[in-house]
Amino acid sequence: MNPFTKHTGIAAPLDRVNVDTDAIVPKQFLRKIERSGFGKHLFHEWRYLDYEGTRENPDFVLNKPAYRKATVLLTRDNFGCGSSREHAPWALADYGFRVIIAPAFADIFYNNCVKNGILLVALKSDEVESLFKQVTQKPGEQVSADLEKQTVTAPAGKPYHFDINPFAKTCLLKGLDHIGWTQQFADKIRDFEQKLTQEKPWLV
Amino acid sequence: MPKTMYEKIWEAHLVRPSQGDTAILYVDRHLVHEVTSPQAFAALRETGRSVVHPEKAFATMDHNVSTHTRDWSLVEKTSRVQMETLQKNCKQFGIKLYDFADAHQGIVHAIGPELGITQPGMTIVCGDSHTSTHGAFGALAFGIGTSEVEHVLATQTLQQDKARTMLIRIDGTLKPGVTSKDIILAIIGKIGTAGAAGHVMEYAGSAIRNLSMESRMTICNMSIEAGGRAGMIAPDDTTFEYLKGREYAPKGEMWERALAYWKTLPSDPGVKFAAVVELDANTLKPQVTWGTSPGQVVSVEDKVPDPESFTSPVDRTAARHALQYMDLKPGTPMAGIKVNKIFLGSCTNARIEDLRDAARIVKGRKVHQDVQAIVVPASEGVRRQAEEEGLDKIFKDAGFEWRFAGCSMCLGMNDDQLKPGERCASSSNRNFEGRQGPGGRTHLMSPIMVAAAAIEGKITDARKYL
Repeated sequence: MNPFTKHTGIAAPLDRVNVDTDAIVPKQFLRKIERSGFGKHLFHEWRYLDYEGTRENPDFVLNKPAYRKATVLLTRDNFGCGSSREHAPWALADYGFRVIIAPAFADIFYNNCVKNGILLVALKSDEVESLFKQVTQKPGEQVSADLEKQTVTAPAGKPYHFDINPFAKTCLLKGLDHIGWTQQFADKIRDFEQKLTQEKPWLV
Repeated sequence: MPKTMYEKIWEAHLVRPSQGDTAILYVDRHLVHEVTSPQAFAALRETGRSVVHPEKAFATMDHNVSTHTRDWSLVEKTSRVQMETLQKNCKQFGIKLYDFADAHQGIVHAIGPELGITQPGMTIVCGDSHTSTHGAFGALAFGIGTSEVEHVLATQTLQQDKARTMLIRIDGTLKPGVTSKDIILAIIGKIGTAGAAGHVMEYAGSAIRNLSMESRMTICNMSIEAGGRAGMIAPDDTTFEYLKGREYAPKGEMWERALAYWKTLPSDPGVKFAAVVELDANTLKPQVTWGTSPGQVVSVEDKVPDPESFTSPVDRTAARHALQYMDLKPGTPMAGIKVNKIFLGSCTNARIEDLRDAARIVKGRKVHQDVQAIVVPASEGVRRQAEEEGLDKIFKDAGFEWRFAGCSMCLGMNDDQLKPGERCASSSNRNFEGRQGPGGRTHLMSPIMVAAAAIEGKITDARKYL
């Protein structure tokens, strides 16, 4: 996994609440058996006018010239709800997004993003609102995120502090191999399994 | 100190508590399907890791199987690659697969309970958000991403943070024609689609105690639609009777030992939950969604709401978007909205009880001439049982198509899809934009409401058919 330390990039405002993973990457693109190449399908139904994805919808935020190179996504509450598909963070990362800012994220989606080097920043609703105003009024402005310091800095220069689970922070900063980390505790897993065999043999 | 059921199961599976990092939780059973697993198996191969407990994993194909045919030669090419990949992976790593044409194939959340794989007190995970279904047995069950699927295969554990607890108490008696689907839709409507975020929900109260296992599964299934990490219902005699004698359920002396343990699982009297939500079953009416999020729901007696009636600007914008997508005007009575498609299926509502209830309404009547109606049993086991009971004949005589098991039109990843602009009365779980097919419009409701809509070609109050 790519480590995440700091990132500065153009922020695109996606002004929708409850953006579900079906909207992030629709089901017709889930038949692949690889992790790569999902970026072109990101937000397919909003981004394109046709099913084949050959004609862009000029009204969709990511198709507007000022936001075309966005790497920071600013959005609303409950982003990433619905299906557990990790194809959603794969698509976001493959498109180029490194940071997503919203008031809150869906649980499974949050875990999936941590595993894919995407920083999810949960800010208070009024802070998100203020960022929306700033990046809408001045399209193409950049937003910076510093994971070590746990701050996001808006175009207007005001830094916002964000909270993050300390383990998620470590994972992102180091680009941690999650399985390798757990495997350090192989003896504890073995002990647990031995106890299971004795106490709850029907579960073995 | 009194504990909740979630806390008891959590503690019983704790391999290593968090030390300012993350806890490691043991996984008892891992369910696997064709869509979210290929990349996990591929990564195991790349890193030279193996599956530590293949006997604790069970696989099936459900998301992209065709419900029209079990003829392998007719399977669409890209779906076939994914299905063949699952076959290859299960073979290589020694995982039991209920294959395409297996007698027990079905939606993963239907076959787990049917085969007795799902048991009280277990931790159960699957690369699918509707894994919350299994919580109906008093198990801790939740959906995970593909990286976590890989983690479970390689270690039989998960890195997890402890969730908060939320009690959903539903007392009273459901009136005829009001079902467990209406309970869960009403709860999502009440607390919102992120209302239970970070929480494990436990459903309790007299209305829950009186529900069958099938109905309990419907409720737990849609916990994810309220943002819950998981949904659970304490096991009781209904649970034990359902489980006894099933293929993977403990037998003989082992059953007695397991049973004694299961009876210790319910939350202790007087235990405190971080949040409590209450719903009165006595006054509940059949629910129907009007928008593009399961929380956008009203009773069938109500009208499409006016976006301006919402207090929060975010909800107003969402409602405007939803009505535009759904092509509905504020103030339109829900009963009377015309539909073109009828979908009785999905892991939410296509178990035997759902089909029986719907068939009772359909019997002796005809599907409206303007609609196409399909019944997709949740599993091949359900399909066989329904056929033994003659339900297939009732549906076919009425003009429904009778299909093979699979996820079908719930997510439209296969050949069952809505066309742009089509409107569907659906017993499934998500009314997201494009969920059932690009441009398709979904109204979620109970199986009997779906059956009644099939007959009238419009949303209607199913209670008149009781």
